[in-house]
Amino acid sequence: MSKDGQVTVKKQRPVNLDLTTISMPATAKASIFHRVTGVALFFALTFVIWAWSESLSSAESFEFVKGLFNGFIAKFIAWGTVSVLVYHLIGGIRHMIMDMGHWEELESGNLSAKVSMALGVVFAVLAGVWIWF
Amino acid sequence: MVLNQATLKRDGVQDFVSLRTTALIISAYAIFIIGYFLATPEVTFEAWTGLFSNLAMKGFTLITLVCIMVHTHIGLWQVLTDYVKCAKLRAALGFVLSLMSLAYVAIGLIVLWGV
Repeated sequence: MSKDGQVTVKKQRPVNLDLTTISMPATAKASIFHRVTGVALFFALTFVIWAWSESLSSAESFEFVKGLFNGFIAKFIAWGTVSVLVYHLIGGIRHMIMDMGHWEELESGNLSAKVSMALGVVFAVLAGVWIWF
Repeated sequence: MVLNQATLKRDGVQDFVSLRTTALIISAYAIFIIGYFLATPEVTFEAWTGLFSNLAMKGFTLITLVCIMVHTHIGLWQVLTDYVKCAKLRAALGFVLSLMSLAYVAIGLIVLWGV
């Protein structure tokens, strides 16, 4: 692409991305949650990889990591990671279904966005029950 | 087009395909690990090291970490280009985040090597 071409494309891009001034329908909320959960997962990986590395290094450190999961903080991080992962996964599946040409109309798009978020909440509750009980 | 393929420059189609193919592998891995914890009532050190000393599992884990590196490179780039307007700050953040994802792969390789 020529330099002029790129300039034209840039000029046509929307400039208002101030999230506080944009009205947020369900589709927009589903989209922003997909992004937030993606970024959160990236940082959660630091904890996951650390725990994984520790747990495999020796029997003592395995017991140490296992012991951490009796406490609130490790449980909370594990719950947060699983919940965020499941929502990101659901959002990704929705994207792939949309790639195949479904749920692209206003009504179906809004419905699938709402169902995705509701499923995210359901799985977050289930993950909480799994980790704490 | 050939020149484009031979460089590290990406285009939208490559990003689109890479994002989805890596997502499939990461999903399979995540579902496998969650399934493992759900199916194993008491995870012992022997069982845990046994799982990761398996060559297939080592390969699956390393491939997943590389997929995470590619997937997050595209995803975080999308997020950064939308919300971080200052080009220098965006480049700096992109550098740090790319380094982190490379570290995830490097640490993963070292851990898997030792199991």
